[in-house]
Amino acid sequence: MVQARKTEKAERSDGRKLNETRKMEAKVGIIKRADGSAMFRIGTTVALAAVYGPRELFPGFMQNPEKGILRCTYDMLSFSVTERKRPGPSRRSVEISLVTKNALESAINLDQFPNTVVDVYIMIVQADAGTRCAGITAASMALADAGIPMKDLVSAVSVGRINGKIAIDLDKHEEDYEGTTDIPCAFMSRNNEITLLQLDGDISAEELKQAVELGKEGCKEISEIQKKALKERYKEIKNE
Amino acid sequence: MSNLLVDEKEIVVPGELVAEGMDYVPAVGTFREGDKIISSVLGLVNLSGRLIKVIPLSGRYIPKSGDVVIGKVADIGFSGWRVDIGWAFEANLSMKEASSDFIDKKTDLTQYYTYGDVVAAQITYIFGSKIIDLTMKGPGLRKLKGGRIIQITPSKVPRVIGKQGSMISMIKDKTGCRIIVGQNGLVWIQGEDSNQVILAVDTIYKIEDEAHLSGLTERIKEFLEAGHGSSKKD
Repeated sequence: MVQARKTEKAERSDGRKLNETRKMEAKVGIIKRADGSAMFRIGTTVALAAVYGPRELFPGFMQNPEKGILRCTYDMLSFSVTERKRPGPSRRSVEISLVTKNALESAINLDQFPNTVVDVYIMIVQADAGTRCAGITAASMALADAGIPMKDLVSAVSVGRINGKIAIDLDKHEEDYEGTTDIPCAFMSRNNEITLLQLDGDISAEELKQAVELGKEGCKEISEIQKKALKERYKEIKNE
Repeated sequence: MSNLLVDEKEIVVPGELVAEGMDYVPAVGTFREGDKIISSVLGLVNLSGRLIKVIPLSGRYIPKSGDVVIGKVADIGFSGWRVDIGWAFEANLSMKEASSDFIDKKTDLTQYYTYGDVVAAQITYIFGSKIIDLTMKGPGLRKLKGGRIIQITPSKVPRVIGKQGSMISMIKDKTGCRIIVGQNGLVWIQGEDSNQVILAVDTIYKIEDEAHLSGLTERIKEFLEAGHGSSKKD
């Protein structure tokens, strides 16, 4: 486990170390008409998230009289990838919407708002691998900005195995390289609770443990960036 | 061995540790986990005795019993009105609570309030999120004719009103406008001089922008004294 985190020489195509994420940036309150919104950038992947609600849920039969429900919509904009993406939902985006919902649901508490819905819309403006992780990270900030009660912020990052080495935050080239294993994971950093863990490729049990450990460290870093972005929104004095 | 881990009035985010030890008691916006108290919303830490609260900085209006709100008549039924108060569900205003007059069953209810009318009303009862009852029997509760309405973030309303209404009375005194602040973030302003109305609007927006910063009253006082034309808000 320690081996993976040890600082190593540049071993990746873009000169990063194995435990080094791409440059990150977060901003809260970017969409004025939404109840909460956020942007998260990691490398050239950019995700926008907007939260609306709690509001009345239609269709009515989906209303839960015990607590509010969460609805997530993830989509990539047609210009976010090199070859134009056909707009509208796809098998892939429906799946990612579902895993995003599951990743965020355990962090939020909607007991106070029965019969209502909180809608989360995640749009990928630029895609360069790790979009679902960037989306979850942005959505969790947007939920906090919308004043939704939460147990903790959710941070997500992808880890993987490239050429037999465990690395964090794969970019598109690394992800597409033959034999690469991609593991998106999301954490609630305070208690290191996992809310998302997917796996695409082959990996041994020992390596998976290493990868999750590396993801945990990465998510700690991301959660600090999230905290900073949320606090910064209210810090500046607006001088006309 | 209890200690507060953040300063009072510091901004905290969900999941942030606020205090350790059993001497403190978690209140609104916080929860206990083991012997720790953790914030559940983005807001400002407020300490009153042993109670730790986190006052939210953002978010939608959540109705509370006793709140005075400004709402728009959205629908008329057989025995009352449905009022849009900016929450997920509309509130009920029954015939009995709408006016001190006796309203006969056969009366055309639009005589009193019709679609689109704006009223100041008080929430008397809440159950779940669907049942919200309003009353219009009380001081200042009435139909609002004329004037203009602006919207601010509901969590900033207490700062606009100030302690015992100090802030809002200052604005009323200095601008000569009639103002009603709804807890749901709608503010009704009416005045004879359009410049004074604009000054009142600018002032309320300024309070909303700077609600979380200290020394607000002094700055607003200066702003009001400088008068109309000094603001460059777009």
